[in-house]
Amino acid sequence: MLETTWFLLWGILWAGYFALDGYDFGLGINMPLLAESETDKRVMYNAAGPFWDGNQVWLITAGGVTFAAFPATYAVMFSSLYTPLLLLLFALIFRGVSFEFRRKVDSDFWRRFWDGCNVLGSLIPALLFGVAFANIFMGIPLNAQQINEGNLLTLLNPYGLAGGVLFVLLFSMHGSLWLAVKSMGDLERKAVNLANRVWGAVLVMVVAFLALTVMYTNLFDNYAANPLLLIILLIPVAGLVLVKVFLHQRVYWKAWAASGATIIGVTMFGVIGMYPKLLPSSIDPDFSMTIANSASSTLTLQIMLGVALVFCPLVIAYQSWVHLKFSHKITDEDLEYEEAY
Amino acid sequence: MDVLLLSRLQFAMTTFVHFIFVPLTLGLSLLVAYMETKFIRTGDETYRRMAKFWGKLFLINFALGAVTGIALEFQFGTNWSRYSAYVGDVFGSLLAIEATMAFFLESTFLGVWIFGWKKLPPKLHNASIWLVALAANLSAFWIIMANGWMQNPVGHLMGDGRAELASFIQLVSNEFAWQQFIHVLSASYVLSGFFVLGISAWHLARGSHVDFFRKSFRIAAPFTLVFALVVVVHGHHHGSTVAKYQPEKLAAMESHWETRTNAPQYLLVIPDPANEGNRLELLPIPGGLSMLAYHSFDAEVTGLKDFPEEDRPPVWATFMSFRTMVALGMLFPVLAAWAWIRRKDPASSPRMLRLLPWIIPLPYIAVQLGWIVAEMGRQPWIVYGMMRTEEAFSPGITTGQVAGSLAGFFAIYGLLVALCIFLLSKYGRKGPAPAESGEEPAGSN
Repeated sequence: MLETTWFLLWGILWAGYFALDGYDFGLGINMPLLAESETDKRVMYNAAGPFWDGNQVWLITAGGVTFAAFPATYAVMFSSLYTPLLLLLFALIFRGVSFEFRRKVDSDFWRRFWDGCNVLGSLIPALLFGVAFANIFMGIPLNAQQINEGNLLTLLNPYGLAGGVLFVLLFSMHGSLWLAVKSMGDLERKAVNLANRVWGAVLVMVVAFLALTVMYTNLFDNYAANPLLLIILLIPVAGLVLVKVFLHQRVYWKAWAASGATIIGVTMFGVIGMYPKLLPSSIDPDFSMTIANSASSTLTLQIMLGVALVFCPLVIAYQSWVHLKFSHKITDEDLEYEEAY
Repeated sequence: MDVLLLSRLQFAMTTFVHFIFVPLTLGLSLLVAYMETKFIRTGDETYRRMAKFWGKLFLINFALGAVTGIALEFQFGTNWSRYSAYVGDVFGSLLAIEATMAFFLESTFLGVWIFGWKKLPPKLHNASIWLVALAANLSAFWIIMANGWMQNPVGHLMGDGRAELASFIQLVSNEFAWQQFIHVLSASYVLSGFFVLGISAWHLARGSHVDFFRKSFRIAAPFTLVFALVVVVHGHHHGSTVAKYQPEKLAAMESHWETRTNAPQYLLVIPDPANEGNRLELLPIPGGLSMLAYHSFDAEVTGLKDFPEEDRPPVWATFMSFRTMVALGMLFPVLAAWAWIRRKDPASSPRMLRLLPWIIPLPYIAVQLGWIVAEMGRQPWIVYGMMRTEEAFSPGITTGQVAGSLAGFFAIYGLLVALCIFLLSKYGRKGPAPAESGEEPAGSN
């Protein structure tokens, strides 16, 4: 029971990370598509401004919880995915620094360099997280010693690539919706247009991904055994429909929340389909990392649960407050603000 | 070159670079928060500009601390998977608690502070930077508890081929870890204090923004002095906990080879590990080492020769780092006292003003040397007495992978450190933004 609770929390932390940092990544991915002027770019940086750093901590927490609750899985997963994780890390480093450094030197070259870092530092993680999680859903070639017999190219299979494309599209939609909340005039209009167009692509990709999921993975086994669980699929489906509805009604913050729910739903659909596996082996199901062979001791899980039950709601509460407090449209005055990005 | 060696190099390099940024975050956050409080209390606009100016330097530094921190968490899994599986039950939970309890708070409210100067009432805005400072120091607590467990593992039982948590209370009341925590924190405050003193002195020597930097100087001087004294007095005490829990490390720190009572401390030593002794030992303080380690001139101090060769730490690195750190640690209270004496009118000593900017790098060197003593002095163990470093690396990764990532880290971190130094000196020299027009004593409510 305790292990299952932690399994779900583990999934929720990753899903929460994608739903939050996802829009920061989306802003970066969309920048070449939407920003025509320096002002446009700055609006996009400042749309993520007060939030991206706090959002990124969800990744650190999700990683830390994998380490603490399922140490053996953490060990196998992170060492198996060595190269993609290091690439991800390098990309995240440049992304993070771009926010802080971009406006510190008044030179076109300097700004263009950090723009490049922000765009690639958003696109690469989006793609890699998608590829990584699709491969985790499907399983990687873990042998009896729980060593990955594949390499980076093994991960770039059709299903992995589909996961990568799906994540890029989801984050792009998510980012353009947040930009619609935070911007005005032309930029807002362009953000809404992009969101509408990407929405169609997301729809196609979600359907394709589900079809590929049937072909490539065993995720549906859990759902076949317990059809009630299919309710989970309602979250991304309803989320996606509501994105369109709210876009039509021009209530962009609701559309943004619905796209966040879509991301959470897609992630949780995969996570619940994997249960009780955390990292399936594609060689032999018995070689998989599961909650049974990798969970921490009961005492550790109990203490961690106490910490999580107190602090996670607190984190969600103050991060919600921050989003509310800074949900206003970015004005010229905001851009003149000395501390602005 | 193999996976073990490359992974060690990579972890050492990424930790060093991370810890360039951490200590300034720990101390400067407190100073900036205090400056803003002072602005709210007095209504003096200068303090608001101080919080903004020092805050800008803080933020440049913080961004790098945050992004380089992720690299460390990931590496436990990527490069040290056997270690992770072995210790995750105990060590991993401390990292997870750090993120949940402290790092969320720090990162979220830093965003609030940066963007909230006009959006929030002054007191709430000030509260956000106090939360950042509190959370940064709380982060340090959990991370040091984790490192302290590697130094002196307590509160666990062995089960199922791994360490399992037996007592959380024991884990967080680990005496060794608490000593480390006090040591790291006070050293970080000294570093931050000299950072503010050095930049202030640079401006005062040139007569620029005199009132502004005199006030900054006056805040930093007592702060630096107090913690420079704490480092010395408490550092001595910390040395005796090393003697108690890690006698091999103490012996290596002192290059002490023969077990004896009334062990002297030599002011000048040239170690000769190949011949299990010292080439030169001069200027003994009789009983000094016994006194340092066990608070008694008669105490017996075990020498390196009485530890199995395979359990001895590398002597040269541990010894030289410790000596240099201590020498620097002794210098800091003297310099800080000088600054403190002149705190009301620092410009009355041009010599001091010229010297202080050059002091800025020294505490950085001292804290890095301190970590060399702590980490290399713990070798050959990754978890003292429980797991050897050579048993801890990931079995599934290749030399090529690690060589590639190590090269990547060198290139990226080299660039980032250079840019950080460039930006800090650019904005440090530039000085504060001019006072806003229509200046009024706002902020009293």
